[in-house]
This record gives sequence, C-alpha cells and structure tokens, in this order.
Amino acid sequence: MIEQIELTKRFNKIDPQSINDFLEFDGYKVFKKVLTMNSNEIINEIALSKITGRGGAGFPVSIKMSSFANETGVKYIVCNADEGEPGNFKDRYLMEKDPHQVIEGILISAYSTGASKGFIYIRGEYSKSIDIIRHSIKEAYKNNYLGDNILGSNFSFELEIRRGAGAYICGEEFALIESIEGKPGRTRVKPPFPTQQGVFNKPTLINNVETFCNLPFILRIGGNEYSKIGSEYATGTKLISLTGNVNNKGLYEVPYGRTIREVIEILGGGVKDNKEIGMVQLGGACGAIIPESLLDMDIDNEKFAIFDSKMGAGAIIVMDESFDLFDILLKNMEFFQHETCGKCMPCREGHIQVLNLIKKFVRYSATKDDYLSLESLANVIHETTLCGLGQTSMTSILSTIKFFQEEYQQRIRESLFKEGY
Amino acid sequence: MFLQKILESYPISEDYLLEILLDIDKQKENHYISKEEITLISNHLGIKESHVCSVVSFYTLLSTNPRGKYIIQICKDVPCYLNDDFNVLKTVENELNIRVNDTTRNQKFTLEYTACIGCCDEAPAIRINNITYTNLTKDKVVNIISDYKEGKHD
Repeated sequence: MIEQIELTKRFNKIDPQSINDFLEFDGYKVFKKVLTMNSNEIINEIALSKITGRGGAGFPVSIKMSSFANETGVKYIVCNADEGEPGNFKDRYLMEKDPHQVIEGILISAYSTGASKGFIYIRGEYSKSIDIIRHSIKEAYKNNYLGDNILGSNFSFELEIRRGAGAYICGEEFALIESIEGKPGRTRVKPPFPTQQGVFNKPTLINNVETFCNLPFILRIGGNEYSKIGSEYATGTKLISLTGNVNNKGLYEVPYGRTIREVIEILGGGVKDNKEIGMVQLGGACGAIIPESLLDMDIDNEKFAIFDSKMGAGAIIVMDESFDLFDILLKNMEFFQHETCGKCMPCREGHIQVLNLIKKFVRYSATKDDYLSLESLANVIHETTLCGLGQTSMTSILSTIKFFQEEYQQRIRESLFKEGY
Repeated sequence: MFLQKILESYPISEDYLLEILLDIDKQKENHYISKEEITLISNHLGIKESHVCSVVSFYTLLSTNPRGKYIIQICKDVPCYLNDDFNVLKTVENELNIRVNDTTRNQKFTLEYTACIGCCDEAPAIRINNITYTNLTKDKVVNIISDYKEGKHD
C-alpha cells in the first residue's frame, strides 16, 4: 500500500452537506477532547508532530501557532482556501467532500491560541466549495460548534466566508489579508509578519486548508505517533494532485517519503498511450520542471532544495515526450505575467520581459544573448521581488536551465539555422 | 432596488466591498458594475469612488463593461493544455463565432480565458457562470454550447 488514507478517510462515505454524517464518523470528537486541554498542551502536541505548512512554503506550524498564541487582544484566524496554483485541487476536494473537517481544524487552532474570529478565504471560482462551506458553517452554528460558549464552554468563536474574485496573488498571505479588508490584493512589506500584524492590523494566523485538516488527525493520535509517519525530513501525509498525461489523474494521499516515480507509476498508472515521460513539473506553475531521471526523489521539501524549490502544495504534472519545453514555459510565464499584482518593479516589469524572451525561444528566433538575458533576468526576479509570487515564478526557468540545458542550446542553434533561410 | 437589498445584507464596513461587488455581478444579467452603482456603493460604505474602481479593476472576475449573460471561461493553464487534444478554445470560438474576450451580438455569451479552475484531474475543463464542465470532448463542448444557445439554462 503506497497510500495512507487519513485526511481523505470520509471522502465519498459521508454526505458533505450533513453535519450528522460527520458526527457519526467521529466528527468534532477531537475538538471535544481538545476543549479539555490547555493551550500549551495542544501546541506541544503539534510541535511534537513536526508538521509543516501544506500551502507551499513548508514553515513549521507550531512555531507560527505559539508566536500567535503569545499575542494579546483581538486576534484572527484565516484559512487560506485561495487555491489557484495551476495543477492543484486538493483544497477544493477537502472543502467539498469533508467541509466540517476544515472547520474542526480551524476550531482547534482558535481554541488553542485564543482567537475569537476567523475567516475562510475561498477563491471566487470555487462556486461549489463556497456553497458547501457556507452551508456547513450554518450547520455548525445551529449545533453550537460555532458561536457563543461553544458546547457549554467559555470558548466563543465566529467564522465567516470571504470570497476572492479571480486573483492568484491573493493566495499570498498579505495579499489575502488586503483582500479580506476589501482592497486590491497587493502584498505588504515584511516584517511585521501576519502573526504580529495581519487582518485589520491585528495578529492573524493564516494556514492552508490542508494544514488545518491535519490538526484533528494529530490530536487524535498524538504528536509523537504522527511524527512517525513520513520521512526523516517531513512528517504526516501529503495530498498529491496528480495531473497531465497519466492514465489515472486524481487526488492521492501518501505519506511523505514516497518517491515521485511511485506516485506516477503505481497510483497514476503510468503515462498514457505508452509514451515516455518528457518532463514533470512539481508543485504547480511556480515549481521546478525535472527530467525523468530525477523521479526517484522523495516527496518532501528537504530533497527538493537541491533545485532551490519546494514540494509546494503537492501538484505533480506529468508531460509526455510529445510536449515542447518552451510551450510549457510560455504557458507558465503568461500566467505569471497576468497574475503579478504590479506592486514591485522586478515582478511587474520583469515578467513582461521574460515572456518576450520565452516567445523568441518558442518561435525559433532566440540568440545566445537572449539566453543570457533570460538567465540573468530570472535570477534578478527570483532574488529581488517582494513576495512569494516573484520569488518562485522563475523556478520553472531556473530549473530547466539546469536540467534541460541542452534544449536551450539546441533551440539557439536551430534558431540560427532558421535565420539563415 | 436589488442593489439596496445587497447593501443591506452586509454590515456597513468597507471590508465587505468585495463581497458586495461579487453579489452585484451575480445578480446582474450582463455581469458588470455600472458607474451609478459605484457611486451608490461608495456613498453607502463611506469610501472613495476611486477605491471602488481600483478594486473592480484589480479582480478579473469583476468588470466595468457589460458582458454576456453567460460568461464562458476557458482554462489556459498547463494541466488542461496537456489534455486538450481537440482545442477547446477553437471549438467554442467556432460555435459562437466570436474570439476570446469578445461578447456575442445578442449579449448572450462572453468568451474569456481563466487561470486554472482546479479541475485538472478532469481536464480539459471550462466554466460557464458558476458551473464547471469537465472531461471535455469536442462533441461534449458542441452539445454544451448548443444547450445554452437553445436556452436550456435560461
């Protein structure tokens, strides 16, 4: 068994619109247990679990939580459900198939850190997720899992939905915060970090949907047990969005430490039409593109560091041999050029120039100078932009410069040849 | 009238601006925010009109220009591209006789690109207003569009 079903255990077994189904399937049971524990005990379990954030950046969850718990006054919890990274759909599944699990995770975070209000920020395109979560929040209020004096305790918590309106950048934490405040989603300069000054300048704990969904699991089996799942670098299970030219596209839950090849071959059933793998992009448009020879690498953030990248939110996009590298890069760069918020210069202007250079490669009119410009520009954007968008948008270019150097050189040679005619 | 109803459904606080705008967009047959509405919203929330405009223009789901009753969004990202062996965009363009970013003469359809809509496991996919259509084939696309043309979703 290569999968380990934990976060997805209720998928297709319960009616997501029914809180009773959820309750019958051990729902809110962990939250009830948590209500008898104190803040330190809960955060300590989460620290023992060694869980890292599942949204892409991979920051240790307990560190964020304990620094947030130390803040006083009005505090907010935000669930980042602005899943816009191409190739990812895990958060949509988590919300649409087991919405109360998300709410339970948020409740555990709120209770353990002393927050009294929360937002679930869902991208506007996810109409179905919005409807389902909205219904679940209503049901949770009705059954006193939200609201005042939850289940007779001293703990009160309000939760509401905020919708995005089609801006990828709003998945970035400060852009998301601006958007919740009713502004264009443009990031802020850090520090201060959201845990110090976030929504309405109050301390704010932002986590990804999948991160919240892990909390009931951690507190059910205990941090120690949880830390035994996975690899020496990353603990727990990871939801993988497997797409592209594989036979069985879909969402899979595997413990960290499985290899990319195992996921593609065993779960994905290999490449369609018996073709060979040409490239694999990891994490989404902001992730590295690697050749077939690197697929035996584990799924965890440490290993991915070799190409200055991270596992991201867990997308694996498989491309067969018939696809052209530069067509794929063009799609990636068109995406980022459209989605940059325009606040900082290297990102706003840089993506336009990178796109122009990639177009030259697509049209077989690229020179050696174009290649050198592309390489230096990609490094500048990567190193000088304000937020995660520009810091990661060049990963596909920088990784292919490393792993597909010959394709660049060949395209430059072919361009010369074409020019000659 | 409907605008007043939407405004009253939220607390008078500027952070609800985006929610209000999305509700208006959904209710209006031609999916846009008019100049008059921008003025009314800014008065109601006590914020500048320019702020409302900056929000409308920042977010791609919102528009200040009238659009079709049905907004057809074609995903243009890699996972759909890899599974698109018949050219979804061309097929829709041919069926509607318009190009991307155009609206049909009868104001019924607007064709747009969208960033990934998270249906990559059932790619290729498109979204028409709030409904996603997945695992598309050429025939399926033609049928979907003709259903809308015939008014089966009106």
